[in-house]
Amino acid sequence: MSRKKSLWIRSGRVLDPGNDLDQIADVLIRDGKIASIGRVKKPPVGAEIYDARDKLVVPGLIDMHVHLREPGREDEETILTGARAAAAGGFVAVACMPNTSPPIDNQETVRFIRHKAEEAPVRVYPIGAITRGRRGEALTEVAELVAAGIVAISDDGDTVKNSAIFRHALEYASMFEIPVISHCEDPDLRGMGVMNEGFVSTVLGMKGMPAIAEQVAVARDIGIAEFTGARLHIAHVSTAGTVELIRMAKSRGVRVTAEVTAHHLVLTDEAVRSFDSNTKMNPPLRDEVDRQALRDGLADGTIDCVASDHAPHSQEEKEVEFDAAPFGIVGLETSLGLVLTELVGGGVLTLPQVLAKMSLNPARILGIPGGMIRQGNVADLTIIDPDLRWTVDRRAFQSKSKNTPFDGWELTGCAVATIVGGQIVYRREENET
Amino acid sequence: MKWQSRHLLGLEGVSAEEIRLILDTAGSFKEILERPIKKVPALRGITVANLFFEPSTRTRFSFELAEKRMSADSVSFSTATSSVKKGETLKDTVKNIEAMRVDMVVIRHSAAGAPHFLARCVDAAVINAGDGAHEHPTQALLDMMTLREKYGSLEGLRVVIVGDIAHSRVARSNIWGLRTMGASVIVCGPKTLLPLDVEQLGVDVSVNLDEALEGADVINVLRLQLERQTQGLLPSMREYNREYGITLQRLAGAKESLTIMHPGPINRGVEITPQVADGPYSVILDQVLNGVAVRMAVLFLLSGGEPKLT
Repeated sequence: MSRKKSLWIRSGRVLDPGNDLDQIADVLIRDGKIASIGRVKKPPVGAEIYDARDKLVVPGLIDMHVHLREPGREDEETILTGARAAAAGGFVAVACMPNTSPPIDNQETVRFIRHKAEEAPVRVYPIGAITRGRRGEALTEVAELVAAGIVAISDDGDTVKNSAIFRHALEYASMFEIPVISHCEDPDLRGMGVMNEGFVSTVLGMKGMPAIAEQVAVARDIGIAEFTGARLHIAHVSTAGTVELIRMAKSRGVRVTAEVTAHHLVLTDEAVRSFDSNTKMNPPLRDEVDRQALRDGLADGTIDCVASDHAPHSQEEKEVEFDAAPFGIVGLETSLGLVLTELVGGGVLTLPQVLAKMSLNPARILGIPGGMIRQGNVADLTIIDPDLRWTVDRRAFQSKSKNTPFDGWELTGCAVATIVGGQIVYRREENET
Repeated sequence: MKWQSRHLLGLEGVSAEEIRLILDTAGSFKEILERPIKKVPALRGITVANLFFEPSTRTRFSFELAEKRMSADSVSFSTATSSVKKGETLKDTVKNIEAMRVDMVVIRHSAAGAPHFLARCVDAAVINAGDGAHEHPTQALLDMMTLREKYGSLEGLRVVIVGDIAHSRVARSNIWGLRTMGASVIVCGPKTLLPLDVEQLGVDVSVNLDEALEGADVINVLRLQLERQTQGLLPSMREYNREYGITLQRLAGAKESLTIMHPGPINRGVEITPQVADGPYSVILDQVLNGVAVRMAVLFLLSGGEPKLT
């Protein structure tokens, strides 16, 4: 095997809350691993140099909830294009949901994804389905899936409606110490809803998805997690009531973790007044009270992670009347910018908190490497320019799909380089000298 | 004043002045409808496409007649299935029609916001003829025209809208328009058919019809669709009729000047009895005539016509 080129990251602010690290330092990477952190007097001959002055050098970001659409909808995204979008968004690793076609409910599909991921610029961790065909009826062969490389199980997109099956899924998954990631939504209460049920849906005459549809399912899942003692991760928390349910559960010692998307932290259902189908996602954008509760819950540790729920859809599918459009928006290339602009800029989160939510916590929840900058660790790093002002331009996205409500938004702060295994897999052009 | 908006997508945000302008214009057009030769050249050379993606008889006829009375060239298209099911997107359908140099598009669609979506995609002026449960502005305008003819002004009128508020575009457009014109509005129906936070629209809410009807000047009776029962929103049509049906007995204590309206089509014996629908308080057929006049006015104003007619 050929030796990888060394990389000398000069004079950045090395920030790693998991290691209590916050100092201006050089990071030297050799053989894909972190060789040293501190003053490097004499770099190795032939080392590549990255000037990180006025930049943050942080543990590589991890997005634990993305949809890469391959296999099945390669017109919308592939593992390669999704991974490129991840790299451009500052992510060194993503966990991909199993609602592909066929779904990730068998070893072969896991192997297929891992094989495709070998070409990808970032690490791709498959999540297996909870039930065969995601039909909510019979458990997948979890042991085999774990052996093939999944890091969690989820029927994301749907709730496992049968409570007994969900209980068994938690019990079974606990044998492998992997979390069950739950998409919490009572399908009957949600009905034919297309947006949050509230004043805005009343004005627009659109069918509502009530907050209680989420909360009923969250309450059930927390109850089952508490009963079984197994690990539960709640995907894309969207309501104030859910935040409170998780807060109470955590205080009782239930093994529950949770994530929230950047779009739920930034937008409310007021955005739907535009009838832009890029404001249609599931869970839907909620109201101002919910948005505030999500921010509070994130800041006080009730919510552990920010994830994108990156959901690519083709233009043909999205460019239709609101009712007919599919749910979901892309997020990999806007998530960090939104968090830095709206939450750090808005005084909701500190930078170390952001890194916990977008790197250390997802790594811990999924039991994957990463989340810390430590000598000897694999060199997965993100370099962030916290002051760079930029404009979201969806035409420039690496993702195959452009379905974002944030096109044209002016944001402050973004990833300028993404380093995976010591290799720079993404470099923002403005940064090139 | 002169009409400013390019489209008529709803009555939310439409000012009292603008509503007055439409109603005044409609008033002068109504006179044409009483002439032996019911035609003026006001829209000669203007082409209008009526796109009905949802079944409609009354509204479509009303628009088509309005167009003919104004000498516009019009084409109509009607389908029970949504564009998506047909395999062609709404945008493509309308782009095609627009490529044939259509100046105005009248659209009825089952999806809320479909006219707004269109207005973004095409250059033609768009008139919303009903989008899902969102808005039906020309219906509310004709309702207001009918009331203004009878009462002179809408200011201070007490209007009760009865029935399936949740699924009603007529209710929403009426609420916007009536509130803007200074009427007070009470919405009344079973809890399962009242949308969340509806009081934030500036209306009173009641689940008790007899209470709601006290002191009412106007009752606007909404059509109840039979599918509300299969959806589990109502136990039975029979019970709905008993609790919310408008009957002569219910109106025993009503004002002599009471007005009963219905946007049609009527489910006789469900939300209203034939005795009331055809009775002395009813202005249901006046509404239909005014519908043509209001649509003539809207087409005329959106085409850039000056409000004063010679």
